[in-house]
Amino acid sequence: MSLDEYRKREFKQVGTRVRRPDGVDKVTGRAMYGADATAPGMLWGRILRSPHAHARIRSIDVSAALALKGVKAVVTAEDFGVPEDDFTRDVQDNCMARGRALYDGHAVAAVAAVDQATARAALKLIKVDYEILPHVTDVDAAMQPGAPVVQEGRVQENVPKGFSDNVTAHFEFGHGDLDAGFAKADKIVERSFKTAATHQGYIEPHACLASVTSDGKADLWCCTQGHFYVRTLCAGILGMEASQLRVTASEIGGGFGGKTTVFIEPVALMLSKKAGRPVKLVMSRDEVFRATGPTVSSSSDIKIGMTKDGRITAAEATLRYQGGAFPCGTTEFGTQAAFAAYDLDAVRTYGWSVMTNRPKEAAYRAPGAPVAIYAVESVVDELCQHFGLDPLDVRLKNAARKGTKSSYGPTFPDIGLVATLEAARAHPHYKAPLGPNQGRGLSCGFWFNFGGNTCVSLNVNTDGTVGITEGNPDIGGSRASISLMAAEELGIPYDNIRTIVADTSSLGYNDVTDGSRVTFAVGLATIKAARDAVRKMCARAAKIWGIDEEAVQWKDGAAVPAGPNAGKFPPMTLAEIAAVSAETGGPIAGHYEVNADGAGVSFGVHLCDVEVDRETGATKVLRYTVFQDAGKAVHPDYVEGQMQGGAVQGIGWALNEEYIYGEDGRLQNPTFLDYRVPVASDLPMIETVILEIPNPGHPYGVRGVGETGIVPPLAALSNAVSHAIGLRMSELPMSPPRILKALGGS
Amino acid sequence: MTKIHVSTTINGDAHEFLCAPDETLLDVLRNRLGLTGAKEGCGTGDCGACSVTVNGRLVCSCLVLGAEAEGAEIATIEGMADGDDLHPLQRHFIDGAALQCGVCTPGILVAAKALLEKNPDPTDEELRYWLAGNLCRCTGYDKIIRAVQAAAAEMRGA
Amino acid sequence: MRYLAATTAAEAAAALAAETGLTRVLAGGTDVLVQLRSGLVEPELVVDIKKIPGMREITAEAGGFRIGAAVSGAEIGEHEALCALWPGVTEGVQLIGSTQVQGRCTMTGNLCNASPAGDAVPSLVAANAVARIAGPQGERDCPVAEIPSGPGKTTLKKGEIISSIFLPARPGRASDAYLRFIPRTEMDIAVASAAVSLELDSGGTVKTARIALGAVAPTVIAVDAAAALLVGTRLDDGTLAKMAQACEAVCKPIDDKRGTVAFRTKTAGTLARRAALIAYARAGGSR
Repeated sequence: MSLDEYRKREFKQVGTRVRRPDGVDKVTGRAMYGADATAPGMLWGRILRSPHAHARIRSIDVSAALALKGVKAVVTAEDFGVPEDDFTRDVQDNCMARGRALYDGHAVAAVAAVDQATARAALKLIKVDYEILPHVTDVDAAMQPGAPVVQEGRVQENVPKGFSDNVTAHFEFGHGDLDAGFAKADKIVERSFKTAATHQGYIEPHACLASVTSDGKADLWCCTQGHFYVRTLCAGILGMEASQLRVTASEIGGGFGGKTTVFIEPVALMLSKKAGRPVKLVMSRDEVFRATGPTVSSSSDIKIGMTKDGRITAAEATLRYQGGAFPCGTTEFGTQAAFAAYDLDAVRTYGWSVMTNRPKEAAYRAPGAPVAIYAVESVVDELCQHFGLDPLDVRLKNAARKGTKSSYGPTFPDIGLVATLEAARAHPHYKAPLGPNQGRGLSCGFWFNFGGNTCVSLNVNTDGTVGITEGNPDIGGSRASISLMAAEELGIPYDNIRTIVADTSSLGYNDVTDGSRVTFAVGLATIKAARDAVRKMCARAAKIWGIDEEAVQWKDGAAVPAGPNAGKFPPMTLAEIAAVSAETGGPIAGHYEVNADGAGVSFGVHLCDVEVDRETGATKVLRYTVFQDAGKAVHPDYVEGQMQGGAVQGIGWALNEEYIYGEDGRLQNPTFLDYRVPVASDLPMIETVILEIPNPGHPYGVRGVGETGIVPPLAALSNAVSHAIGLRMSELPMSPPRILKALGGS
Repeated sequence: MTKIHVSTTINGDAHEFLCAPDETLLDVLRNRLGLTGAKEGCGTGDCGACSVTVNGRLVCSCLVLGAEAEGAEIATIEGMADGDDLHPLQRHFIDGAALQCGVCTPGILVAAKALLEKNPDPTDEELRYWLAGNLCRCTGYDKIIRAVQAAAAEMRGA
Repeated sequence: MRYLAATTAAEAAAALAAETGLTRVLAGGTDVLVQLRSGLVEPELVVDIKKIPGMREITAEAGGFRIGAAVSGAEIGEHEALCALWPGVTEGVQLIGSTQVQGRCTMTGNLCNASPAGDAVPSLVAANAVARIAGPQGERDCPVAEIPSGPGKTTLKKGEIISSIFLPARPGRASDAYLRFIPRTEMDIAVASAAVSLELDSGGTVKTARIALGAVAPTVIAVDAAAALLVGTRLDDGTLAKMAQACEAVCKPIDDKRGTVAFRTKTAGTLARRAALIAYARAGGSR
């Protein structure tokens, strides 16, 4: 049995609700976020953005801006090279338009000046000669032959003829005989759905501080979910060696996937290089909305057949995602995830990736999955309604479980869906009475989860404490979870451990904080690094005792003789071994490097009660309960926090959040005033029920929990509203005008 | 632009600064006085991350000019703890995991403190409406509401 | 940009009149600073009126109240007598923005911002409130309804500032109410709104009525035809339905990111009906 694999055990510290190590800094205003750093001689950067959805840039005249007193550098695409690989070139082109502005808000130039006011004034002096081109922002319109083409030459080979060149990729997953399956159905429902693009809505705008020196070295401080990846991208774009660019991750004010790439960092580095001084670049909220991370908007067709006793006989989905002005990265995830919750004999999903004149899509919590599963779970609900069947019974009857061949190919190992559904059925919420104009909805959710490249160092200090160096920005309390796992493994108190997020020069490569991977993969690496340190500490004890290393084992935070034959020695605690380490071979540290596999998929079920005002179309969320499999909840508070936060983001997506484009192709609502994320008064408490079905791929059974929570709310809300008003809703968001219109009230 | 000289009191200490006429109090706090606890999440008064009190009144510092601080008493997150002693709200936010990324936390703490000074025993609904101008994208507000209520109960001696 | 903290209304008026460039009056700043920050306006002169005596005071006058132009929403909400006399007006003011915005925003600023969706304005119009204006030619009074002339535009002349708004006395059986519709529960601009002010006779029959609608026309509009339908009734369902229809009939809203024409129109009628019932109950009526 590999050490990676789960072994049942009693936990002493994992599972307790300890205080997070960054808590005091964060409640006293001391924590340093992206915009909070300064440097000697620092300049302020600012970016000029296209007001047009699509335009050729004939020329950019920066002479007047450069002549303004206090302006130290101006940067345009001409200052950058052209990367050879498509991927890096796309990232760079998204940071600074080359030849054409592809969406409203696309960066076209940047300045660095002695203060913010001068930088703002300088932008007004830059003259950009635009030739306005036709644009397209709607996914279905962009697919049509004859639609304005966003970028030429990006179509993959497997895309059939007959579409616009905006259609860049096609995906297909599934198995079984669809025709035979549909023939067995007592009822087939076919329905089309649309969803609007949403934004991650992190409260902290992107910010960085770049310092490039004349000897070619550079330091970058930024808020990111993955500073190693920032280094890779920036070094590639600026033609630097990785060793010369040190990236330090600041505290991060929310990311949700939206801070997994770069937007301003290469620009700040280039400004600093040209100005010869440090440059701070901070986005405004308007820039965040116009130029960073929205999700796809989608249109989809779902067809599901069911027998009258609730068995799904065949299921088919066609998903069309637009991912902005560059090839869409999440269509494949959505296409794979659509039917993941079901054990199906005949299933097929088709995905289409489409470009439009919108900002480049960025990951957002389970990227691609929520809108696919929304459509599927809506149709399953409609079928349950048609037959008068209990929607939880039907899901249990069709639920994916251990041994199910998933709709996207792999066969599932131990998974938690059935347990999660049963927990929902047993919960008082499911049987609670409803009043007039109220409805209850439920939905399953799924996310793959990810492992990935991870590197951890665990340093045993001579005073018996431990420092852990890891490389993943902490977006939800992960430093606490990592310390807990190390404490468990080493057998020392949590308070004796401090985990820090190291810069890119201090540790090997770590993948981005995404894919719900940190507690799983960094946790795994931490446990293994702790075991490495334990092995070394046992060796030191063996040396002191004069016995074989194999004759020493680790128990309750101390080295002890492995058995009666090993000799009689009193236990040596970690602190005692550490104190004499200088005499036994020097410092003690454990390390582990891995490209982690076995992340273990995560399922969740959400229950939601709403009340709809039939005269205004307003929806009030009355009660909400989240059931999710965490494998093992290392720090239950932060597991609940992920479930609650994901649920509320999903509620926003379902009810009011949307990117609204005008006829001119410009974003109409780039403010928190009109991009309506849920506020405190919109919501009830979010109840949580954590299930723990151990992940066989992690020593403690941990599964990622960060993403699944955003998946079910879209359909849970839509199903609840549909029951409350007696009409099936099929477009998100279900804003009051849409509901009132459906009701025929306007 | 000719700068304006402003004398003010921040967290009980006298401060003087020069600012441009159109410079916000938030920019003054962050960029001139090094008080970066107040955050700019939007710059339009829609997120509450820059919350401070001016003469005891809760405001968004992004919607106040630095020049308006003349003669005023300003309180920021940096003045909330009494030395090493955290305010009960601060303690309960840590104990109750009422923060994830933490960037909205300073503004929410300042706002919650202002509420409890006015109303030591708010209902959940009163609390939610009071905090409606403080966006939090991580927590779904659940643990924030619980933490404020726990702090309020402690402060009432309940 | 220059910043002037005026100490008298005359000083403010003179400075505003003398400035040839763009000017802005600063009271709560919750609109002005947003405009400044976005670069939408670049005024040469901003005149802060908060240090002018009286601007931050609420004073009883002739059975009603005079509210200084720089009194914040929060201060209005804390004034119990004012809230008791004009609950519709004060609830409208208190719906502007967040708690933080309430700490700064003013009724007068909301009026002068001249958005058709301003939450303070419909109730002021329904209340027949009167603005006192200080200008280079001295003081004048003007009905609040005549201040806005279109989105972002007012009838105020160069150099003129509103120094206070007067809410008159009202008889015992009279009250008002304001409702707005927003997609969330807070933090949005009204998609449609309605204010209703009623005076009842001793038997509970409506003696006089005023209705004003917001966000359904270029300015807040008084709907006298709808109000007239309420007079002489006890707000039976048939009357309310007709009144709502009359409200819908005068709506000429825009289609935008906040709501459709159809939605705004329908909702304005719904809100007028609901607000009328609240005002009626507050005035002591029972149907």
